[in-house]
Amino acid sequence: MDALEVVKPGLLTTVQDLGRIGCQKYGVPSSGAMDQTALRAANLLVGNEEGAAGLEATGEGPALRALADSVIAIVGPDMEPLIDGRPVECGAATEIRSGQLLDLGRARRGLRAYLAVDGGIDVPLMLGSRSTCLPAAFGGFQGRALRRGDILAVGAVGTRPVGIKGRRLPQGWLSPLGEALTLRVTLGPQDDRFTPEGIRTFLTGTYRLMPEMDRMGVRLQGPPILHRSGADVISDSIPLGAIQVPADGQPIILLADRQTTGGYAKIAVVLREDVYRLAQATPGQVVRFRQMSVEEAQASLRRYEAKIQALPQTWQSGGAHPSYILQLKDRSYRVSVKGGEGTYRVSVQEQAGRKPEGGEET
Amino acid sequence: MSRDSRIGVRFIDAGESCLVVELGDRIDVALNLQVRALCLAVERAGLAGVQEAVPTYRSLAIYYDPLRIGRGALKENIDALLCLTLDQVEHGSRVVEIPTVYGGECGPDLEFVARHTGLSEDEVIRLHTEPLYHVYMLGFTGGFPYLGGLSERLSVPRLHTPRLKVPAGSIGIAGTQTGVYPLESPGGWRIIGRTSLCLFDPSRQIPTPILPGDTVRFVQSPQRESQEATTEARH
Repeated sequence: MDALEVVKPGLLTTVQDLGRIGCQKYGVPSSGAMDQTALRAANLLVGNEEGAAGLEATGEGPALRALADSVIAIVGPDMEPLIDGRPVECGAATEIRSGQLLDLGRARRGLRAYLAVDGGIDVPLMLGSRSTCLPAAFGGFQGRALRRGDILAVGAVGTRPVGIKGRRLPQGWLSPLGEALTLRVTLGPQDDRFTPEGIRTFLTGTYRLMPEMDRMGVRLQGPPILHRSGADVISDSIPLGAIQVPADGQPIILLADRQTTGGYAKIAVVLREDVYRLAQATPGQVVRFRQMSVEEAQASLRRYEAKIQALPQTWQSGGAHPSYILQLKDRSYRVSVKGGEGTYRVSVQEQAGRKPEGGEET
Repeated sequence: MSRDSRIGVRFIDAGESCLVVELGDRIDVALNLQVRALCLAVERAGLAGVQEAVPTYRSLAIYYDPLRIGRGALKENIDALLCLTLDQVEHGSRVVEIPTVYGGECGPDLEFVARHTGLSEDEVIRLHTEPLYHVYMLGFTGGFPYLGGLSERLSVPRLHTPRLKVPAGSIGIAGTQTGVYPLESPGGWRIIGRTSLCLFDPSRQIPTPILPGDTVRFVQSPQRESQEATTEARH
């Protein structure tokens, strides 16, 4: 079903899902959303599978005409999207009517905004993914960034859960976009190619993001990281977030559309969760690196995944529904209302750390 | 297997969800065939939580979901597969022929290569079509084959300034390497010819006609096909 017409394409807007798995051995980049935290959250807000395809807007977002009634969510940087000139809340499920104009606006802080549409953007699966692979010009919408006049379809829309309209991300759920960014890393696979001093420089220095940044990677500038004997290794696989250091000692962090293999020594790999935070950084921003063990990194990944998996439950348990604090004598109660379309569920819970008392009425 | 086969094997973490199994530290066909054998064994084993395996010259990168398979369990499984595979490597049986138009518009640097090496253009073509090249791995962006076996007599320096656009199908040499550009891209290798063979088609389940472990041979096509090759490469 046709859902959106591109009225203004924005700076670089592409269709992305969670990436292409299993094709790096053919030299095919994994691609996928640069900030997967934001895409997954946007999908969950509109009731999609978290890996459905959405739009990734860069800096200046697109303007899109709705061709059907739908539910959308925008998650990402600090921006001011509009529907027919009226402000739209970011990080919340929003209804859009056929004929209305959605303008994502410009990112004031941060870089990449994600638009999820109920049903997911429907483009052909290529090598198992709907992501646009810009370096090899395939996947997504005709293997390229969106242009004016493109018509995007959405997939089949399931039964919409009750109360989807009120869904919003809990306050502070997204990491704040600070001035300085600390990226957690695990050393390796080729940290043994650097001098102890080189490793120390890397872990204590401050690096600045250079303007050369795109979906393939970002260059950083700072104190040079010293190799033991040359920067070249026998070319091998480059994981997402790998930090390679060429002969000039200036690190490059490789991202979603990176080449699959490379021959510069890789000093460390950024934790996946922090790669997604890096996707929101802009040129000039200061970056520091903090070392973690692989065990710590995996424990952190477990917490991160749990946080995302818990997101839909915050809506089911009333977190995103209207609730009121009711004071009666010296006691306070949280009263929340769930449901809609004629049936409401009112629940009353006593506050102040005691076990919930009271009951529910339907 | 003998325990000796595993001497020199290193497990290296490359982040929280990638384990690199390094079988050695040199470019060598026998070592590379071991990497390929291990890759096939890992894929056949279908371990839950293992997402993909990427074979390169001398190591296999195994991407996994640490929430589904622990690093310790993964290492144990790989160790068991190493016992089975290291002593039983097979050469890839496939030979892929690459029809190539040398020189002219298709190979603008053939003349330079001849001059630099002191050979005639025909000798350059003969030395390039003679060997069977081993495909060590595919990489870069979209099926670039890393080939081994170029005649040392064809060793030439890269271009000082890379070309901004090298047409798809271009065959280049640089240093001791030769390769084919599957897609139009920038490039600094000396271009001596071009093939009409499509080296990357993402609409196919296996997007590349050449796979790691294959053997490749360049076969000279008559010049008159040059127009067809050009047209096809442009589409």
